[in-house]
Amino acid sequence: MTSSPATASGPAIGRRRYTKVDPIPWWLKAFGGVVVIFFILPTLFVIPMSFSDAATFEFPPRGFTWRLYENFFTNPIWLDSLSNSFLVATLTAVLATTVGTAAAVALSRMQGRVARFVRTLLMVPIVAPAIVVAVAVYIAFLGWQLTGTVLGYVLAHTAIAVPYVVVSVTGALGGFDPQLLRAASSLGSSPSRAFVRVTMPLISRGILTGAIFAFIVSFDEVVLALFLRSPVFQTMPVQMYNSVTVEIDPTISAASSLMVVAVTIIFLLPQLLRGRARRR
Amino acid sequence: MSSNKIRWPSWPLLVPALALLAGILLVPLADTLIRSVSTPGWTLSNYSNLFTDGVTLTVLWRTAVTAATVTAAALLIGYPYAYLMTRVSPRARGILLVIVLIPFWTSVMARNFAWIIILQDGGPVQSLFEFFGADDVVFYGTTVGVTIAMTQVMLPFMVLPLFSTLGAIDRRLLLAARGLGSSPTAAFWKVYWPLSRGGVMAGVILVFTLSLGFYVTPALLGSPQESLVAQLLAQRTTLLLDFAAAGALGMLVLVVTLVLVAWANRMGGTMSAIGVVAAGRTEGRR
Amino acid sequence: MTTTPSTTVKATGSSPGTPSGTEIRLDRVTKDFGLAAPAVDDISLTIRPGEFMTFLGPSGSGKTTTLNLIAGFETLTAGTIALNGTDVSDVPPHRRNLGMLFQNYALFPHLTVAQNVAYPLRERKVPKREIARKVAEVLELVQLTGRDDNHPSQLSGGQQQRVALARAIVFEPRALLLDEPLGALDRNLRSALQAEIRRIHREVGSTFVFVTHDQEEAMNLSDRIALFNNGRIEQIGTPQQLYAEPETLFTARFLGDSNVFELGQAALDRSIVWDGESWGVDPATVAAHPGVRAGSAIVVRPEDVEVAARRDEVPPGANAVRAVVRDVEYMGSYRTLLLAMGGRGLPGRTRVSPLRGDYAIGDEIVAWWRPGAQRIVAA
Repeated sequence: MTSSPATASGPAIGRRRYTKVDPIPWWLKAFGGVVVIFFILPTLFVIPMSFSDAATFEFPPRGFTWRLYENFFTNPIWLDSLSNSFLVATLTAVLATTVGTAAAVALSRMQGRVARFVRTLLMVPIVAPAIVVAVAVYIAFLGWQLTGTVLGYVLAHTAIAVPYVVVSVTGALGGFDPQLLRAASSLGSSPSRAFVRVTMPLISRGILTGAIFAFIVSFDEVVLALFLRSPVFQTMPVQMYNSVTVEIDPTISAASSLMVVAVTIIFLLPQLLRGRARRR
Repeated sequence: MSSNKIRWPSWPLLVPALALLAGILLVPLADTLIRSVSTPGWTLSNYSNLFTDGVTLTVLWRTAVTAATVTAAALLIGYPYAYLMTRVSPRARGILLVIVLIPFWTSVMARNFAWIIILQDGGPVQSLFEFFGADDVVFYGTTVGVTIAMTQVMLPFMVLPLFSTLGAIDRRLLLAARGLGSSPTAAFWKVYWPLSRGGVMAGVILVFTLSLGFYVTPALLGSPQESLVAQLLAQRTTLLLDFAAAGALGMLVLVVTLVLVAWANRMGGTMSAIGVVAAGRTEGRR
Repeated sequence: MTTTPSTTVKATGSSPGTPSGTEIRLDRVTKDFGLAAPAVDDISLTIRPGEFMTFLGPSGSGKTTTLNLIAGFETLTAGTIALNGTDVSDVPPHRRNLGMLFQNYALFPHLTVAQNVAYPLRERKVPKREIARKVAEVLELVQLTGRDDNHPSQLSGGQQQRVALARAIVFEPRALLLDEPLGALDRNLRSALQAEIRRIHREVGSTFVFVTHDQEEAMNLSDRIALFNNGRIEQIGTPQQLYAEPETLFTARFLGDSNVFELGQAALDRSIVWDGESWGVDPATVAAHPGVRAGSAIVVRPEDVEVAARRDEVPPGANAVRAVVRDVEYMGSYRTLLLAMGGRGLPGRTRVSPLRGDYAIGDEIVAWWRPGAQRIVAA
């Protein structure tokens, strides 16, 4: 503490003085707080609702019961849609991660107009309105007899999930020093060995993030799923949609709470893994 | 042939992604386009009908107004928020960034269901208004409710381009302006605002564009009598099975969207903003 | 993998200390990136087994490109490169069995020190126990014992470069290529690591090819220096040769300070004339380069220039020029006088010992040197 007073106090004094001249106004902080509530609070409403005893969506919730969760985990309609979503999202994550990682690696090695054009083209699924994509895919899949099939879901979801993988793997490759590949080859690695031993481990976090994004994009996808559903195959978001529009089934509050908690956990997973890696 | 450091070409790695994109997206879209100009026979009538059928124009106008309202609300909320982000400590900045991304990454259905509960008749928001003596305010089944819910999820696309622009502004310019005798308000409007206009433009175009295509939120929170263009599109496809008319409308929406996004991209930072939203959790830690 | 490298490895590895190693022969090597001029323009050069060869030159002179061609990171436009007589022009870098040191270290950030050093051994399927032994050995050689489990980010720049050095020599490559490896380090660390590299070169005894733009570093380390300029080798020789016997003006100017008197068209039989001064010529100082016969510049090193107060104090037979003192730099053990020489006030410099009296700015003096100290070089 006392050994280096100059370095310790120098910037601190500067910062303190700066704040005095130019403080953050209190109303701005208050406004920030309100916005934060606007972002977070609505989603949290579903959790108390999921323990309600009422047969409707009335608020505030009445009583306390696990009935909705019980229903969710015993009703075959909910269970089937849940397992369908898991199946589709897992396959989508695998496919989109493979395809998207390959594309990101290729793009990182290419320069010029073509690469820029392809990069933009791969972003189209994110910016194109989901409903337009859904309508076009629906009409085409009707002809190809892919509606209501696992394959149809996986292909459609992969198409819109790939850009997320490309973005996150590209980000990881951005911090990758290409000199390392030269070093690897000077040490005896063929290009493919260098990819496995050097590139892969260094971008693995980007790939993992991409895979998680792809999983969530698919698991949570509503619009395409509404068009591709069939009476025998539908995903969880579609069942939730039905329970609001058709059935007025309060089980959706249990489903929503589970979704919120699940997505949060999946998101926190890499952070937790990172935390553990750092401690090690 | 001369100086390739990599001894094999990279483009084959792109083939699966491009094939998928083409097969699942481009071919169906092209198919839709062709159908829209070739049914019945080669004609543009499906497009001219959009402007003469009396319904489409009304819906398009309503959609544009809703999107504009969402954009304005997002700007009013997002600008101060992004400004706040530039002022706080890096750690707090990371937290604020993660928070702004939460709506985008929480389950679409859970989020919309939550808004139904909050905005429904007799729900907490309406009760609040009644408490203050406003008895006849209705949110559920109106475009007001739709606007509120859409604003929440569109905010990241406003905040991120704004944040990158505002973060690049040298704040000492404001102090300099104050030192030269400007009031705080004048200093803001004369110095800060003009420098931030690029980010404002990018954010505004992006939010407006993305708002045009919302389907689930208006379908759940709005009313069929006040439908937006996405609902009209869905209705023409699945209920009326009028693929040619739906295709024409879809193409119109798609072209408008892509043109606007390309424009916003020229203003700078749009693609990167989408990138940050897409990969937001990892970037947010800095 | 291939058998040739491993036999070489044994040859170099089993006899440390003795000059062994690989001969690297470049024959009419050209690299053209399609720019205005080729980056490397028809270079022929033989690096002897066990030699410490430095490629010296300004940036863009082609020295790094030449190194990359030897490493195999760039493909040849024309010419051949042979290691111990075997043409490797078409062999990919990972089969050339050459060690490489990079300016930014290029350590693998996801691996520990020990894993980094073990990398090339694992790539060569060396047995585990053998790997452990060799890693420990080489880490001791670079004085990093005990840092096995550190990650590169936990080490200082100098330590990182020593890990990189260990990694580049642990597999006993046919030669070690060093691409400005000390460029990112501060001055003190540089000289420490220079000594380290020299020591390791002595102990390992293999061929080292070192690229730098720092002439002092080149002088310190090298057996021979190849001075690069515009994609060609300007001059090649020992550090002493390059300093004392420059063949061209570029060489004279690049290595150390020089007083340069450019000549017009002067006859070179007995004497030459510069700015009205008539100077004698020692035939031995006319560089053997064919172009030099035309005689285009005289180069005299500052330490060879003496100072006299008046012309009659200049010894007979010496070449002299009148000069004005422009500035005096105190360098501790000696002083440097900055001069304006002749009627045109040509900038020049000389070193004088403090014992030789005081000089003040504006003093008119006579600078002189023996004809044997001057070099006559091509421009």
